[in-house]
Amino acid sequence: MNLIVSYWVVASVLLPAVMGAAILLFLRHQLVLSRFASIGSCAMLVVAACVLVNEADGGVIQSYAVGNWRAPFGIVLVLDRLSAMMLLVTAVLALIVMVYAISTGTDRKGWHFHPLFQFQLLGLNGAFLTGDLFNLFVFFEVLLIASYGLMLHGQGAERLKAGVRYVIINLVGSTLFLVGVGLLYGVTGTLNMADLAVRVAAAPPGDHGLIAASALLLTTVFALKAALAPLHFWLPGAYAATTGTVAALFAIMTKVGAYSIIRTNTLIFGDAAGDLAHVAAPWILPAALVTTVIGFVGLFAARGLRDLAAWAVVGSMGTLLCAVSVFTVEAMGPALFYILHSTLAGAALFLVVDLIAKRRAEHGDAITVAPRFRQIELLSGLFFLAAIATVGLPPLSGFVGKLLVLDGVRASPQAVWIWAVILTTTVLAVLAFARAGSTIFWKSSAIEGEITLRSLRGKRGGVAAAAALLLTLAGLTVLAGPVTAYTAAAARQLFEPAGYIDAVLGPRSGGRR
Amino acid sequence: MISLELLVASAIALLTAAGVYLVLHRRTFPVVLGLAFLSYAINVFLFAMGRLVIDRPPIYDKAAEGYTDPLPQALVLTAIVIAFGMTAFVVVLALRSFLETGVDRVDGTPDAESDR
Repeated sequence: MNLIVSYWVVASVLLPAVMGAAILLFLRHQLVLSRFASIGSCAMLVVAACVLVNEADGGVIQSYAVGNWRAPFGIVLVLDRLSAMMLLVTAVLALIVMVYAISTGTDRKGWHFHPLFQFQLLGLNGAFLTGDLFNLFVFFEVLLIASYGLMLHGQGAERLKAGVRYVIINLVGSTLFLVGVGLLYGVTGTLNMADLAVRVAAAPPGDHGLIAASALLLTTVFALKAALAPLHFWLPGAYAATTGTVAALFAIMTKVGAYSIIRTNTLIFGDAAGDLAHVAAPWILPAALVTTVIGFVGLFAARGLRDLAAWAVVGSMGTLLCAVSVFTVEAMGPALFYILHSTLAGAALFLVVDLIAKRRAEHGDAITVAPRFRQIELLSGLFFLAAIATVGLPPLSGFVGKLLVLDGVRASPQAVWIWAVILTTTVLAVLAFARAGSTIFWKSSAIEGEITLRSLRGKRGGVAAAAALLLTLAGLTVLAGPVTAYTAAAARQLFEPAGYIDAVLGPRSGGRR
Repeated sequence: MISLELLVASAIALLTAAGVYLVLHRRTFPVVLGLAFLSYAINVFLFAMGRLVIDRPPIYDKAAEGYTDPLPQALVLTAIVIAFGMTAFVVVLALRSFLETGVDRVDGTPDAESDR
């Protein structure tokens, strides 16, 4: 790997690790300084991710051997188009959410917000970059442990109750992850993902049963993180109970599950694996269809705007995984575009909802008729845009994303189902959002008087952060051409794993065979 | 003749069964115990994935005739550390949640009269 590039790759993992530790040890009692350090780190990660996306777009996959231990013996960090893209969307989201947290004072509501935030980024970036299955488990744990802290940030009875459930279900998930990893190691004798790809492809038929079991176990774990039905029950409660700031950051967490499904099922259990190729796909597709329906029907059950946003996350994960589960180049490109869109749109919705709830005093986020509140005109506009983006109406990128997904899955035998589900759920989502919006903004504006607040922090900063996310979505729409070209190239790279394998194990391995 | 493999495998099965049974309980305390049992089961399982070898060194030794696989041992060590930390965390979290909400059930619903 090019020396300069390797610095940037390592920096994306090391910088949040060092910053998190430094803030924890030295800046614990200095809020202003820790804010500067935290935001500086987020900004640097955006720069690093931009450099890496530019580098990855050259088309050459690069691997960095940690401690200079050669693969498959050491751990490698691998940079390809997909991982670079995920780093960039994480960094952009983290920067905006951090601005929001600081300007609304979320970080003052409890201890150690900034170190936990940095450790969360460490786990996310590590998970996207690592080329080793056990290392992926470790980074999953890092990001989960940080997420437990962030989810409980600010505390309160409801949050603690939801937190217990969230932690327990993820601990069971981690246990299953270890079983899957252990099985795969027991059969193949390696944990390096590129090496696994070679050995799974060459595995004798007698081992296929065990490998398939481990593939399905791993997919189950990733599906749990991605909130795929029937493993989605934890999400609405957890996301609705935590602070809006943290829920916005968590928009990327479900995508880690989607990323891991894509990575393992194209690289390790990809086309070259013979009988084992995409062994989990027949299970993912129906589950994804059900998830889409449950998520968007769940919108109608929402009593508060936070529930609404959380169910919308479930629905968009279903839509995303519908496209993923087809496992063709044509569908994967749109799926990757939809990852970018749904992460930013979900986060934008959570931030707007949080802004509204903060201004409605005791009415909070409940979808009820209540007097007007401050900045109601501006916030109704932002809510409208965030809803349009989430539902997938023109002109924002949700429309482009869904259109591309529908086009991408056309060749699949199940295309009819996917089309029917996506189109129907879009109509349902329009109705649900229209109902919530008209209750909160339209009917409320007919009532006399205005809710008065004693103090309101982050009147401008918070709104600016939410608007920045929506602007990013607008940018994604305007630049849809170059971005889809990039995601299509990333999809092609995923379906030619020989490049990845050569980059990790050296060209002499001759790719898959 | 009972082989070592059979003993280890049935121990893993027993631990897993106990773990799953306890995790499905309603109160947090048995669930925490269940998670601990599950993590013990997984630790032994990971260890066994390097195959059961007796009296062989894991790292270089001049006099050794063969080796046992050192990698699962390193993996188990990592898994033990993580599971240990998480058990401590979940105990504290469950306690805190119980003290603050007065409810000790995983689903967060209050106790029925008959349970008290």
